[in-house]
Amino acid sequence: MIRVVLPAHLKNLAHVTGEVRLELTGPAAGPVTQRLVLDTLEARYPMLLGTIRDRNSGKRRAFIRFYACEEDLSNESPDAPLPERVIAGEEPYIILGAMAGG
Amino acid sequence: MSGVRVLVGTRKGAFVLTSDGRRGDWTVDGPHFGGWEIYHLTGSPADPNRLYASQSGGWFGQLIQRSDDGGRTWNTVGNDFAYSGEVGDHLWYDGTPRPWEFKRIWHLEPSRDDPDTVYAGAEDAALYRSTDGGQKWTELTALRTHPTGPRWQPGAGGMCLHTIILDPAHQDRIYVAISAAGAFRSDDAGASWLPINKGLRSGEIPDEDAEVGHCVHHITQHPSRPDTLFMQKHWDVMRSDDAGANWREVSGDLPSDFGFPIAVHAHEPETIYVVPIKSDSEHYPPEGKLRVYRSRTGGGDWEPLTKGLPQSDCYVNVLRDAMAVDTLDPCGIYFGTTGGQVYHSADGGDSWAPIVRDLPPVLSVEAQVLP
Repeated sequence: MIRVVLPAHLKNLAHVTGEVRLELTGPAAGPVTQRLVLDTLEARYPMLLGTIRDRNSGKRRAFIRFYACEEDLSNESPDAPLPERVIAGEEPYIILGAMAGG
Repeated sequence: MSGVRVLVGTRKGAFVLTSDGRRGDWTVDGPHFGGWEIYHLTGSPADPNRLYASQSGGWFGQLIQRSDDGGRTWNTVGNDFAYSGEVGDHLWYDGTPRPWEFKRIWHLEPSRDDPDTVYAGAEDAALYRSTDGGQKWTELTALRTHPTGPRWQPGAGGMCLHTIILDPAHQDRIYVAISAAGAFRSDDAGASWLPINKGLRSGEIPDEDAEVGHCVHHITQHPSRPDTLFMQKHWDVMRSDDAGANWREVSGDLPSDFGFPIAVHAHEPETIYVVPIKSDSEHYPPEGKLRVYRSRTGGGDWEPLTKGLPQSDCYVNVLRDAMAVDTLDPCGIYFGTTGGQVYHSADGGDSWAPIVRDLPPVLSVEAQVLP
């Protein structure tokens, strides 16, 4: 189970409060990656399609950041394994809007 | 008694203003989608409770919202606005080629007779159509891939397709306008397009009567005279009486012919409205006086409408999609400002009053008459 923290606008859009808890449904033997988490999140909340990653390129939108365990994962490979504490559900995977104006 | 619903898109959300047919007392509902830019919020002529909203923002991109109950509840629909086939290049500000890149939807135009059919105008300029209530969008590629496309260049506000007119008399005729490419017409439901810019003269481009490159700000049409079009260009108010084949200037005695919106009276096809703005480098009214100008002669002769509008120290703008009319009698006129005021006139423009004064900057205004 992965804990995901969404920014306020995306919580409103997805009609959720608090953290989202995801049971991952990807390949059982494969690594738990940012791509797998985001794919699972978008499958459960299709209204989020395009709000975190560009619909066409699949890349992180410019003003979105991904944090976990006090690290900025935004520019890490989307296919790199997530930290063990995120995979264990001990730390959340945080999606947030960058500081970029008012 | 019939009622009126005014749909207002702003920089920080959508607002719905309602009144009965007297249009004296108003209820303000909102913000919906607080914090998001609502470039356009509009209703289906075939079903006034079917609304569409273009919701976007720099952080989270483009969404389309749909309401089936007049704006009480909303649901996201499709937002996959892909360019079909080879993307190609247009001109960038510095004159170099630059690939088309989707940024947002500026305008939504529902079909006159099918609530599930709706068109969307994009930045970078492209036209999309949905026939399933906005779930799936298909690009009408012949516009973007028009042979003149590589010569299109953005205006300061981006290369946006901001005006879509579905002709009421010719089933397959569509007009669009793009800043700063100009106006185009299709007579085959979007399968092919013709630039319709003959007669436009734009001093901002090297060849002032070029086939494309004109910064058209808005076009409107009265449904009873579908071959007559009225245009507010960057500078110049223009009209065409042959479906855009030829344009002539009707700026006449306006204090400035720069502006953004243009509207036509619901019952008088030769009565039109503009809001003159001082210049392209000073986006506010001349002399600090907010004046709507009305022509009852289809242009040329204009009268200022000032009663109820601020006549000193007013430095707001009125954007291209932020003026609308209702179909009641007398005709109601509505416009929103970048200062967050929405003004209305219930007597064809003779007198004005604010419905609401302190919204975020207004991007679009549409008016619906309810049964």
